[in-house]
Amino acid sequence: MANLALQVEGLAKVYDNGKTALHGVDLEVPAGSFYALLGPNGAGKSTLINILADIVRPTAGRAQLLGHDVFAERSWCKRRMGIVPQEAAFDPFFTPREVLRLTSGMYGKRPDDAWIDELLVRLELAEHAGKNTRQLSGGMRRRLLVAQALVHRPQLVVLDEPTAGVDVELRQRLWAFMRELNGQGTTILLTTHYLEEAEELCDRVAIIHRGRVIADKPMRALMHEVAGSYLWLRYGAERRPNAEDMAALEAFQPRLMDDGICLTLQHPDATSTTFHAAYSAAVERLGAPLDACVRQEDLEDVFLRLTRDDKS
Amino acid sequence: MSQANLYGARTLFMREVRRFLKVKMQTIVAPALTALLYLVVFRYAMGNRQVPGLAIEYFTFLVPGLAMMSMLQNAFANTSSSIVTSKVMNVHIYLLMAPLSAAEVVAAFLAAAVVRSLVVATVFLGVLLPFVHFPAFHPLLVLYYGFCGSVIMGALGLVGGIWSRKFDDIALISNFVILPLTFLSGVFYTSGQLPTFWRHLNEANPFFYLIDGFRFGFLGLGDTDPMHTVWVVGLTSLGCILLCWQVWRTGWRLKE
Repeated sequence: MANLALQVEGLAKVYDNGKTALHGVDLEVPAGSFYALLGPNGAGKSTLINILADIVRPTAGRAQLLGHDVFAERSWCKRRMGIVPQEAAFDPFFTPREVLRLTSGMYGKRPDDAWIDELLVRLELAEHAGKNTRQLSGGMRRRLLVAQALVHRPQLVVLDEPTAGVDVELRQRLWAFMRELNGQGTTILLTTHYLEEAEELCDRVAIIHRGRVIADKPMRALMHEVAGSYLWLRYGAERRPNAEDMAALEAFQPRLMDDGICLTLQHPDATSTTFHAAYSAAVERLGAPLDACVRQEDLEDVFLRLTRDDKS
Repeated sequence: MSQANLYGARTLFMREVRRFLKVKMQTIVAPALTALLYLVVFRYAMGNRQVPGLAIEYFTFLVPGLAMMSMLQNAFANTSSSIVTSKVMNVHIYLLMAPLSAAEVVAAFLAAAVVRSLVVATVFLGVLLPFVHFPAFHPLLVLYYGFCGSVIMGALGLVGGIWSRKFDDIALISNFVILPLTFLSGVFYTSGQLPTFWRHLNEANPFFYLIDGFRFGFLGLGDTDPMHTVWVVGLTSLGCILLCWQVWRTGWRLKE
């Protein structure tokens, strides 16, 4: 219980149109962690974040921020949370600097100009600080969203796809900044499509699929216990595995990679490293591969395997 | 537990005030120009014609009503345009995310609406005052009716804005509800001039009491006794404030 930045219990959401976005989700985000919340599109990540943000009403469940009930003590919790929503829109009347000063004020804090200047510099918005927000590019708006979420110095920062549409170099500088904040004690919860980044940055990961949490572990434990290895086979373009081949190799959970030239055969037990059966089956069906090796799953492989629709 | 965020409410109020100051051509210069046009059209075209039944020039009768009409329309426009624009651009989420209670949000929006309508009335009357002489002046009545009218219209604008999903929705309310009600509220005529049916209709229009009371503050006479309508107007303001508070608190049309 102690030292949890965020604890979510049984959080459920059924939208008015009858769609269930969350089926009783439980999450525990340790204070000071760099936490990845992953899931395919429509898995319920944004619904979860929007409930924390007070944009969507929960149907059931509880959430606690640093031991305080998020729904009963909204104001207390909101002052300690900084949320970067997915959509990057701004009031067209103001400049980035004005947006940051106003946001700070609305969170009950007199604008701290030194901090605002630092945010503008760190997020590479300093030279655009006086422009109208309408003149900003998509990437700049996204960075301004991040600055906006940090301006009141929250203890928990929630980032919903902060790097979509941000180029690689900038993305890395953004992550370096987040790491620095994390190092100073800020808890960071993020969703992202860039799984390599999540694997590199985060110390804990939850995977959410169809409104349910299907994994919630320290990153190292996940990669140690859940990640297995797989057999990777390359066939030339002339013997590209087709749908019938895939069906024939069904037992080995085949997956196409790299423009359909490579075939992975996941052994039914993902942590097993014996692949004789899989290899023999592939050779029988497709002939000898041009190239073969056994590879270790990375986060992306684990993610894809856990969220495969036929397994849900 | 949850402490009040007065600084946050003040910031939101300032944001709303700055928003209308940034478009001062629309919000301040336009009402001044309208005042000048009324001056030319009514003052010089109608000469010093008297209002039937009242020993007063038509133009003198007209000015306070026009000022109040302009206040009511501007108070409504200030809250409704802010909310609808935010909703359409999806920036209202930042307001929902901010640690502001429903009471703080409503207070900030309504205070900004009152400021806008006071600024508009000051500009409007400031342009016309040299050309008109008012027989009486009760500043407290003027302020009270001006304040209540702005609160009521600011509140309706807030609720209307929250109800609207697109600009067309709020335009529908402005053009087909607010505009007719403000025009047919005794700005241009006294109730006594009307045939019975229309007089009853006029007296059923809530804006009639706001405009009549406000004008009484300048002329010392009107269709109603402001001492009787003071309560009605005050209670209506309170009701409108509570309506806004309830709407914001429940997240009606704002949260999924």
